[in-house]
Amino acid sequence: MNAAPVILADGLTRRFGDFVAVRDVSFEVPRGSIFGLLGPNGSGKSTIIRMLCGVLRASAGRATVLGVDVGQDPERVKHRIGYMSQQFSLYPDLTASENLSFYGRIYGLDPERRRDREQAVTDLTQLAPFRERLAGHLSGGWKQRLALACALIHEPEILFLDEPTAGIDPVARRELWDLLFELAAGGVTLLVTTHYMDEAERCSHVGYLYLSRLAAVGTLEEMRNWPGVTPTGTRRIELTCRAPTEALARARRDERVVEVTLFGTALHLLVHEGVADEAVRAALAPGDASAATRSITATLEDVFVGLSRAEREAGHE
Amino acid sequence: MSGFLAVLLKEFAHIRRDRSTIVFVLIIPALQLMIFGYAIDVTIENIPLVVYDLDGRSDSRRLTEALVNSGTFRIEDRVQDAEAFRRALTSGKAKAGVLIPADYSERLLHGEQAHLQVLIDGSDSQVATTALNTVNLLVNQFAVERARGIAMQRNMAPARDDVGDPVLAIEVRSRLLYNPSLESARFFVPGLVAIILQLVLLFLTSFSIVRELEMGTLEQLFVTPVSRGGLLFGKLTPYALLAFLELMIVLTVMTTIFAVPINGSIPLLLGLSALFIVTVLGLGLLISTLATSQLQSMQFSFLVMLPSVLLSGFMFPRAEMPLPIYLISMVLPVTYFLEILRGIILRGADLIDLIPHVIGLSVICLIILTLSLTRFRKQVA
Repeated sequence: MNAAPVILADGLTRRFGDFVAVRDVSFEVPRGSIFGLLGPNGSGKSTIIRMLCGVLRASAGRATVLGVDVGQDPERVKHRIGYMSQQFSLYPDLTASENLSFYGRIYGLDPERRRDREQAVTDLTQLAPFRERLAGHLSGGWKQRLALACALIHEPEILFLDEPTAGIDPVARRELWDLLFELAAGGVTLLVTTHYMDEAERCSHVGYLYLSRLAAVGTLEEMRNWPGVTPTGTRRIELTCRAPTEALARARRDERVVEVTLFGTALHLLVHEGVADEAVRAALAPGDASAATRSITATLEDVFVGLSRAEREAGHE
Repeated sequence: MSGFLAVLLKEFAHIRRDRSTIVFVLIIPALQLMIFGYAIDVTIENIPLVVYDLDGRSDSRRLTEALVNSGTFRIEDRVQDAEAFRRALTSGKAKAGVLIPADYSERLLHGEQAHLQVLIDGSDSQVATTALNTVNLLVNQFAVERARGIAMQRNMAPARDDVGDPVLAIEVRSRLLYNPSLESARFFVPGLVAIILQLVLLFLTSFSIVRELEMGTLEQLFVTPVSRGGLLFGKLTPYALLAFLELMIVLTVMTTIFAVPINGSIPLLLGLSALFIVTVLGLGLLISTLATSQLQSMQFSFLVMLPSVLLSGFMFPRAEMPLPIYLISMVLPVTYFLEILRGIILRGADLIDLIPHVIGLSVICLIILTLSLTRFRKQVA
């Protein structure tokens, strides 16, 4: 990594009573990157973000954001970071522009600069037609845009987004990501949590959380080439056939198949190296002349499935 | 105090949008005061009385008339036999019964002691006490009158007044201060002002913070550089102003509709009310640091309200309370504010008269504020 990291987590741990929500998590986020924290629900993503934003104390470990230890002195970094939480957390009984002005004042912007910034974030998020509408009356996608606009009012250097696209439609989701790319291009560092695989593919860096533990972290390239994804002695093939769900059931019973995932009408299989394509077709799609196989490389999803398997086998459960 | 103005303006915007807050603060309390002010009337009048008059001559009639004229009793029934007399009491139709024996007038005439039987239903102790006192007093007066008449006939007396008429040896000259007509509204309405003010304020402040916790907006605020003081004072100041407005309204209702005048200094009353308002705001804040949902904050508020009504001296005199209960009453802000309100409004007390209560309220205020401010952190969970 060429620049000093803007976020540094070192052995971050958070316990709630007996439950360990985050266990010994360490990673670095370089300036200007889009860092995706991926993991199933309840894997500790939001807890990590809360600790990095200084609103939740770590039980152990340390987090440094923009050179400030957020466990020690969270207030020193708050005017330089923005946060968009998982649930919509603006005031539904205030209009979009009242919400914006409120956050502008909270960050202590003087009136002139506040007007400039309100204009800038309204332009960026294209909120202008909805300025006078009550925030509670906006649709899901526009709510998220308003939340983003509020989080950006003070030009933060780092923006934390906790599942920003949860519950909004695919078009709004894509548009929101276009906005995020625009921000990243402008030099803002983004830390995004998600459980959508395709969103992870848009990040420059990815960390994968599994059962409160950071199973793997690296650039997207490094993750794709994770050696554990296709263990030695195995290979990946794709099978297309007429009855993929039946083939899936057979594959699960076949001990030559290490791993199988259904992708639409095709199966992605991880099989022992010695098993020939013909044998796979004959075993999983018997009597289907249209069945076809081809060799494939691992997708990011395969990587995460592999990582979860490796974690399970390592006995962390 | 960074962010104070931002939060203040926002909170006013909420209040402006939410009509129910205005209604809750400004209209409901006035209505409550009127309803409760009329409902809570502890003057006991018109106790149903059953009369079993075996004598039936003018002396016995004069006695029953006197009982009715006292206002304490009304004649529920006149019965002619012992069974009906008993039945009237056991059925609960009458709460008191007077049995005048057949020889009542004769014995009086012959200078012998006449006997009167009075039965009182003791189930409601307050009614029973009032009935007993009234009968004793009246009959005593009758007896004294009679004694005076006889003394005059024989030209002897225990004492004489300036013109030489015989009088009682000792005369009590009592004067009822502050509430000469003994209206219970005088006593209860100032107390109600305190109770209603606390009720509204406690719910409003604890709700306004817990609502933000529930909506997630509080967490969002924690990530901003807003200071603790700016956030809290910005949120509480509008409610303090509303509370003051509410106080003005209920005091106006008190002086006009209930005709309870403020005998003491109004600036002193308002100043000490401000101290009480700040204390209750602190209490609301303390509740909001303990509660995680609006339902919980409501339960906590009731936990404060119930003793405030029952133990503060609003309903029952504190002097009668057993020590542990008395100690509980000492940590309730309402206890002190009640004394202050009644003192200034009814007795025209000044600051010097009220010093113990002012000190008590100040100490409670300081403790509550310190406790709630240290508990309130810009942290989740």
